[in-house]
Amino acid sequence: MEKILIKDIGHVYKQQSKNKNPIKILEGINFEIDQGQFVSIVGPSGCGKSTLLHIIGGLIKPTSGRVFMGANQVTGPGKDRGVVFQGYALLPWRSVLSNVELGLEINKVPRKIRKELAREFLSLVGLSNFEKYYPSQLSGGMKQRAAIARALVYDPKILLMDEPFSALDAQTREILQTELLGIWSKTKKTIIFITHSVEEAVFLSDKVIVMGSHPGRIIRNIPINLPYPRNRSLGEFQQIREKIWEEIRDEAKLNTMSIIHERYEGNEVT
Amino acid sequence: MKGMRVMRLLKKTSIKLLSFAYSNLLIVVLLALWQLLPSLGLLKIAYVSTPYEVFISILTMAQNGELKVHLLISLERILSGLIMAVIFGVPLGLFIGRFIRIEQLLDPILQLSRQISALALFPVFILFLGIGETSKVVIIFWASLWPVLINTINGVKGVDPLYIKSVLTMGATKRMVFTKVILPASMPPILTGIRLASAYAVMVLVAAEMIGANSGLGFLVTNSQETFKIPQMYAAIVLLALLGVTLNFIIYRIEKKITRWRESDAW
Repeated sequence: MEKILIKDIGHVYKQQSKNKNPIKILEGINFEIDQGQFVSIVGPSGCGKSTLLHIIGGLIKPTSGRVFMGANQVTGPGKDRGVVFQGYALLPWRSVLSNVELGLEINKVPRKIRKELAREFLSLVGLSNFEKYYPSQLSGGMKQRAAIARALVYDPKILLMDEPFSALDAQTREILQTELLGIWSKTKKTIIFITHSVEEAVFLSDKVIVMGSHPGRIIRNIPINLPYPRNRSLGEFQQIREKIWEEIRDEAKLNTMSIIHERYEGNEVT
Repeated sequence: MKGMRVMRLLKKTSIKLLSFAYSNLLIVVLLALWQLLPSLGLLKIAYVSTPYEVFISILTMAQNGELKVHLLISLERILSGLIMAVIFGVPLGLFIGRFIRIEQLLDPILQLSRQISALALFPVFILFLGIGETSKVVIIFWASLWPVLINTINGVKGVDPLYIKSVLTMGATKRMVFTKVILPASMPPILTGIRLASAYAVMVLVAAEMIGANSGLGFLVTNSQETFKIPQMYAAIVLLALLGVTLNFIIYRIEKKITRWRESDAW
């Protein structure tokens, strides 16, 4: 398949009330992703990384710039891109199996094939024994697995993941990270992964894109050349993590200062 | 082994019985007081009657066929009005809730209309539709329409946008968004609205039957009072309460069955 190309993306959010200025969320975002790459986007909260993912997913139309999947420009959501949302987004009235079937159902896959495929992907994420459960009966980690199976089942070329593990406890998180790498090597999908955990980004990805905020922009694009499986306790791993951390820390410091500056200058003082 | 299972079953049943007895304790106490106080001469028996007399009165009416006549006609009025409200209110609510523009346009009218007491409108309905069955069914329809309509609108508006986004990423059309997400997601509030409506329906039914009817439980209450059949009056009141409770219970069961997925017992 083709590359994903993010070209000059900018996004401005117009606020509802008239006297408030529109907020610049993203500015001058440019990067490309090769087929089969695992790319993480890290940055402080509020840097627009989720918005960027939604733009790639076609759920938000950017105010400027374009996203290309190979030669095709993204104009809306499409089943070539599977999305795993932060809040799982499993439909609570459907069983796990029926949730995984959803994408196939929407694409009019016959019932029998649908069930077979859904079961295959449930076993890939280790949920075979839970197909009859409702989402409310699952733990956070299991919900996330179901969400991953649901996004993979209709065979998208790209998997977009929006802070998928942020709500999980540390152990479950590490287990799922390893499992995700297993799924990645089995399915050969291109993965774009949003996280605020630098360690997670370094552990998982080929490439880490570091974003800064106000407005959200890319400050660094760092290839991670460590072989898989990676060892978190290795010196090299920690060095890379530290380096990225510093970038974010500096950025955050600058930001706090500029916010204080804005407060005193602007009309926000009350 | 078998003995133990029987023991466990016995224990389970006895716990259930105990909790049932506990939650109905006050009703029993009240019934006892109602029976005792007039018998002891502390309340005027002519005014308050006693549960025993009321029970006998219900039995008598059941035997001479009066009970069936009044109960059935009341039930028919309620169900006609309620079903009409559901048939009309649910699709309309789904439609209004889907389109913010329409909702904004209609909201003031909806808020105003539902504040107009159905009882205040009864003379108007009689004026237009006469004193017959139509005006009674229409007033019950009117009273039950608002909770159904408003709950449906709120149900549709309250659907988590994340669900909609997620099916959109799978390539869902607008129609699929509606059938796969919006409709099932708004089922619980719609059912709650119908349950609320059934309570309104009973209330308005009684008023309608008191004003212009010669049958039905509401008629039976006023008529018994006017002819000074006090036990029969209380019997009608008790029957109305039972009717309301039964309706509520049935809809509640349907609600539970449909929203089984809400119960989370595994973790």
